[in-house]
Amino acid sequence: MKKITVPLTKSVRRKLICGEEVLLSGTVYTARDAAHKKLAHLIVGKKKLPFSLKNAVIYYTGPTPKRADGFFGSCGPTTSSRMDNFTPFLLQKGLGATIGKGRRSVRVKDLIKKHKAVYFLAVGGAGAYLAKRVKSSEVIAFKDLGPEAVYKLEIRNFPLVVGIDSSGKDIYG
Amino acid sequence: MREIDVNKIKEAVAELCIKANTSLRADILRALKKARKAETHTTSKRILDILLENAAIAKKEKRAICQDTGFVSVYIEIGQDVRIIGGGLGDAVNKGVMEAYKEAFLRKSVVKSPLLRVNTATNTPSAIYTELVKGERLKITVMPKGFGSENKSALKMLNPTDGEKEIISFVLDVVKKAGPDACPPYVLGIGLGGTFDKAPFLSKKALALPIDRPNPRRYLRKLENGILKKVNKLGIGPMGFGTKTTCMGVNILECPTHIAGLPVAVNVSCHVTRSASRAI
Repeated sequence: MKKITVPLTKSVRRKLICGEEVLLSGTVYTARDAAHKKLAHLIVGKKKLPFSLKNAVIYYTGPTPKRADGFFGSCGPTTSSRMDNFTPFLLQKGLGATIGKGRRSVRVKDLIKKHKAVYFLAVGGAGAYLAKRVKSSEVIAFKDLGPEAVYKLEIRNFPLVVGIDSSGKDIYG
Repeated sequence: MREIDVNKIKEAVAELCIKANTSLRADILRALKKARKAETHTTSKRILDILLENAAIAKKEKRAICQDTGFVSVYIEIGQDVRIIGGGLGDAVNKGVMEAYKEAFLRKSVVKSPLLRVNTATNTPSAIYTELVKGERLKITVMPKGFGSENKSALKMLNPTDGEKEIISFVLDVVKKAGPDACPPYVLGIGLGGTFDKAPFLSKKALALPIDRPNPRRYLRKLENGILKKVNKLGIGPMGFGTKTTCMGVNILECPTHIAGLPVAVNVSCHVTRSASRAI
C-alpha cells in the first residue's frame, strides 16, 4: 500500500487518486464542529489562528480521553458533512487535506478541486484500532471544548482511502 | 416485597456502560464476520478486517470500540413488588453513568443545553425510561448510542390505509439519506404504531434486541426479512463503497395505534450498535 508523509504539498496531493488506499504518517490536527465554528470566526475576523493551515491536514475526530497509561483515546472519524459550511474558509487559508467519513457538499467538492486539496476517508467506528496509530498527542487550542479541543497528533501508518482527489473525483459520485 | 438498594442499581449501570462500550455484542460480531465472509472486494474486506480487529483490541484492552461513546439511554423494568431504598432512582442511574465514563475513559459528549452547548463533563444526564412489570425483578438495559447515526434517524406519520409497501418505501428513503455517512453496515430499529412519541421510543428500544433473534410475530418477521433484503439491494456497503452488506439486521417493535394513523420510526444504528443488560 502507498505510504505518504506530511507535509502534503500540492505536488504530493496531485498524485493521489480517488479510491486509492494509503497509509499516512506525520502531523495532523483534530477539529470537529465547535472548533470549526471557532476557526471560521477567527478567519472571518482576520485574527491569528492557533496553527498554520498552509498544507495542513485536519482530522474530524473527538477522541475519548487519554488514559492513565498514556495510550491515546479511541479516535475514529466523525461525519464530515457537518463541517461543510466551515471548510471553505479553511481551504482558502491553504488547508491541504481533511480526514473524515461520509459525503461532502458539492461546494466543498468544487473547492477541493480548485485548491488542489484532498479529502480522505478513515474507517468509521474503528476508534481503538486507529488509536494504536497515534504516536503522540498534545492539546494546542480550545482546551475548554473538552473532547472537541484541537489536538496536534503524530500519526504513523494511518489507513485511509482517498475520498475526493485533487481533480474533484468523488468516490461517492 | 423485595427491597433493592439504589447503590446496587448504580453499580449495575456503571458495569453495563463499560461493558456496552468496550465489548461488542455477540450478535453484532457474528454479523460482521458473516459480512466479511460474503465480501469479495479487496478494500471492503480490509475495512471489515479492521472492524473485527478493532473489536478485539477494544475488548482485550478495555477501550472504547468507538470514540463516540454516545448519549446513554437506560431502560429499567421494575417489578411492582420491588421497593427501591437508599435514595432516588434517577440519581443512582446518572451516578452510575458518570462513574463509568470517568473510570473507563469514555468520551463525555453531553451538552447542557442544545443552544448554549456547554459540556456537562460527566456524560449525564442520561435518558431514563422505566416500565412497571409483574414480580420482584429489576432489569436494566443500557444503550449508549453515537450521534452520527442518531442524526440519520427519522419518523413519518403514515396513513392508516397504508401498509407494508409504504413502510418499506419510507425505510429505504431513510437509509438512502444515511448513505455512507453513518457507518454502514447498519442495524435498523423500527417502531410501528403507538403515537408520535411512542414510535421513536420503540424504534430505539428495538436496537437492544439481538439482530439474529427471530421476531415472535410471524408477520413482523416477514416484514423484517423483506426490509433487510431490500436495504441490502441499495448497495451501500461498508464505508459506503457500494459492496455487499449494507444492513446486518432489522428489528421491529410494534404497539397498538389510532384508527387514523400509522406512525413509523426508523432508528438508524451503525456497525457498533451497543447495549448491555442485567437483572438484579
